[in-house]
Amino acid sequence: MRMQIEGSQAVAEAIALCQPEVIAAYPISPQTHIVERLSRKTKQGHIGRCQFLNVESEFAALSVLIGASASGARTYTATSSQGLLFMAEAVYNVAGLGLPIVMTIANRAIGAPINIWNDHSDSMALRDAGWIQLFAEDNQDAVDLHIQAFRLAESLSCPVMVCMDGYVLTHAYEPVDVPDAVQVNAYLPPYDPVQVLDPERPVSIGAMVGPEAFTEVKYFLHQQHLRALEVMPELVEAFEQHFQRRSGGLCSAYRMEDADIAVIAMGSVIGTIKDAVDELRNTGVRVGCVKIGCYRPFPKFQVSALLEKTTRVIVVEKDLAVGMGGIVSADVQSALQGRQISVHTVIAGLGGRSISTSSLKHMILEARAERLTEPYFLDLNKTVIEQELARRRDIRRAGPVAEHMLQTMNVIGTKVS
Amino acid sequence: MTTERIKFYQTGTFTAGNRLLDEATRTVQSRLDRTNSLNSGHRACQGCGEALGARYALDAAMRASHNQLIAVNATGCLEVFSSPYPESAWQIPWMHSLFGNAPAVASGIAAALRAKRRDDVTVIAQGGDGATVDIGFGCLSGMFERNDDVLYLCYDNEAYMNTGIQRSGATPPFARTNTTQAVGEHPGNPIGNGKNVPRIALAHGIPYVATASVADLHDLERKVTKAIGVRGARYIHVHVPCPLGWGSDPAHTMKVARLAVESGLFPLFEAEFGKVICSTPIRRKVPVERYLELQTRFKHLFGPPQDTEALAAIQAMADDNIAVYGLME
Repeated sequence: MRMQIEGSQAVAEAIALCQPEVIAAYPISPQTHIVERLSRKTKQGHIGRCQFLNVESEFAALSVLIGASASGARTYTATSSQGLLFMAEAVYNVAGLGLPIVMTIANRAIGAPINIWNDHSDSMALRDAGWIQLFAEDNQDAVDLHIQAFRLAESLSCPVMVCMDGYVLTHAYEPVDVPDAVQVNAYLPPYDPVQVLDPERPVSIGAMVGPEAFTEVKYFLHQQHLRALEVMPELVEAFEQHFQRRSGGLCSAYRMEDADIAVIAMGSVIGTIKDAVDELRNTGVRVGCVKIGCYRPFPKFQVSALLEKTTRVIVVEKDLAVGMGGIVSADVQSALQGRQISVHTVIAGLGGRSISTSSLKHMILEARAERLTEPYFLDLNKTVIEQELARRRDIRRAGPVAEHMLQTMNVIGTKVS
Repeated sequence: MTTERIKFYQTGTFTAGNRLLDEATRTVQSRLDRTNSLNSGHRACQGCGEALGARYALDAAMRASHNQLIAVNATGCLEVFSSPYPESAWQIPWMHSLFGNAPAVASGIAAALRAKRRDDVTVIAQGGDGATVDIGFGCLSGMFERNDDVLYLCYDNEAYMNTGIQRSGATPPFARTNTTQAVGEHPGNPIGNGKNVPRIALAHGIPYVATASVADLHDLERKVTKAIGVRGARYIHVHVPCPLGWGSDPAHTMKVARLAVESGLFPLFEAEFGKVICSTPIRRKVPVERYLELQTRFKHLFGPPQDTEALAAIQAMADDNIAVYGLME
């Protein structure tokens, strides 16, 4: 049913339709609305005999799901930012154990300085943990990706993170088609675990593995990810058949048919980039946009294929590899190995800074004119940096950076844009 | 080569031998229907108290649960010596995830069983003192306060033995470990630090808390059996000597464990819903030195010169336990 609904509420409805048996939750903004709604629906008996556990930390939340998933239950949790880092050890563990847990990441920056707004630092920090990572462009995408995620996870026995931009999506009200139980049940078969803790058939799970087989276990996980690259397009096709709309997928192109320049990004910023592309196209600039919908496994060949006619690639990413630059752009570069294409790294939207169409347009034109510094920080306030550097030169005990920068900028309260 | 005569029966104690007990109450090491949940052939050290405690606790749990048992294990000695593939010593469904999350993993299993209407299966989580009182303490407390249907067994050997004898929050005062070495002004572990997790468990008001020792395996079996019959969060803290970490003779594991109980340093008690309901009386109190002198981790206390102040402080701890738990009444 099509309804005007908040992103988090819509995702909660989608999760409920997938009928998880155990949900563990620990509060952190901006994912809280999802689990709040799920706690209500569980209590009301709308999710069968689903058990909702209020736990004492994110580490416990994922650990609870490890036990539940290994007992053959369909499991779900959501987290953000510090919460994801706090459960990092368990995140790796889930993938190593091959448990098909589905987790929403309401993407948010990582402190210090503490910041509750959106960027992709959190899921990027755990990109190599062995979880499949899907990024939602809008709230319809978020709903649909979660339904696909359970089928994907359970078919490969591999965990899936569905990443959606904190606040930008989680707290945005927009029209979303929330499917019904009949549709979801027809698409998503019941969970049939490949391993289960069962007194009738005892197995040891999580035993120590030495150098003799550790590489092979990890290689197997890598193979599962490569399999996901084949399985995912099939799931998208099946989804379209069941729900009459196309959602998800590895990557997709927008106005790329004759584009010299491609802007690559993930998540909700795709909408803004498409606007910038449209406006530049009106002025005769041949630019297009490539969305990466699945970041892990990274669809190297598919991305490369979409960029066949392109001579310049600009990767706009909401994260920063400190001391290096881009994270996504490094992956794009490796996908384009051996080809004569300039790849620019643009760091944008950190800690919730708005990414405007005008800044994007300006940046694209600068890139075309070979005037971008590498990596390029969109809308960077250089004066503040220079003042702070000068202060550091003059005073040894210069104090905390963040607080002085705010003072220099004379910002009262928090200004998001 | 030096030889030592070892008697295969206990002497000099008040412990009643099995032969004197009636058939039903005997502790039987091996018989045809014993499940051997933790099977022979694992890689524990000679004289390992933890292997002994786990074997008796889990077999008792299997009997009490009619073989419907799932066990979770924290990282640690027990996990490492029992599990390397393909030689798992576990005859029961067994899972290891991380060092600090065994209680939460067990909570998850219990939740899944509830969702699947399997109320016939018992979930046990187990870990050493490091996993329990330190790194897994948050998850343990969470499992307690939610009153999740899990029996947690802590095998307390009073330090991080798996990583090579480092101090934990359960290391006793003055004990030498590799991170509280017997050097400097106050050698060994500082007095006044550490935590008493059985009492903290009790403060959660959970249905059942008990302490047990491998010195009295029959009592351990009884407590595990009782705990299996209770629903909700349950905690049993088992004192298990570690010959390697304590510097005691592997042949003396039972003796050392017994002296810890008989000196009052490790009180045996049971509690229900936050109240201590009974304790095991000491039949013949022994001075703490009898316990300490068998372990090289306390060697520095015996000098020369003897650290009379430290020994008096440890004796005071034992006497305090005896008073608090009414062990001599």
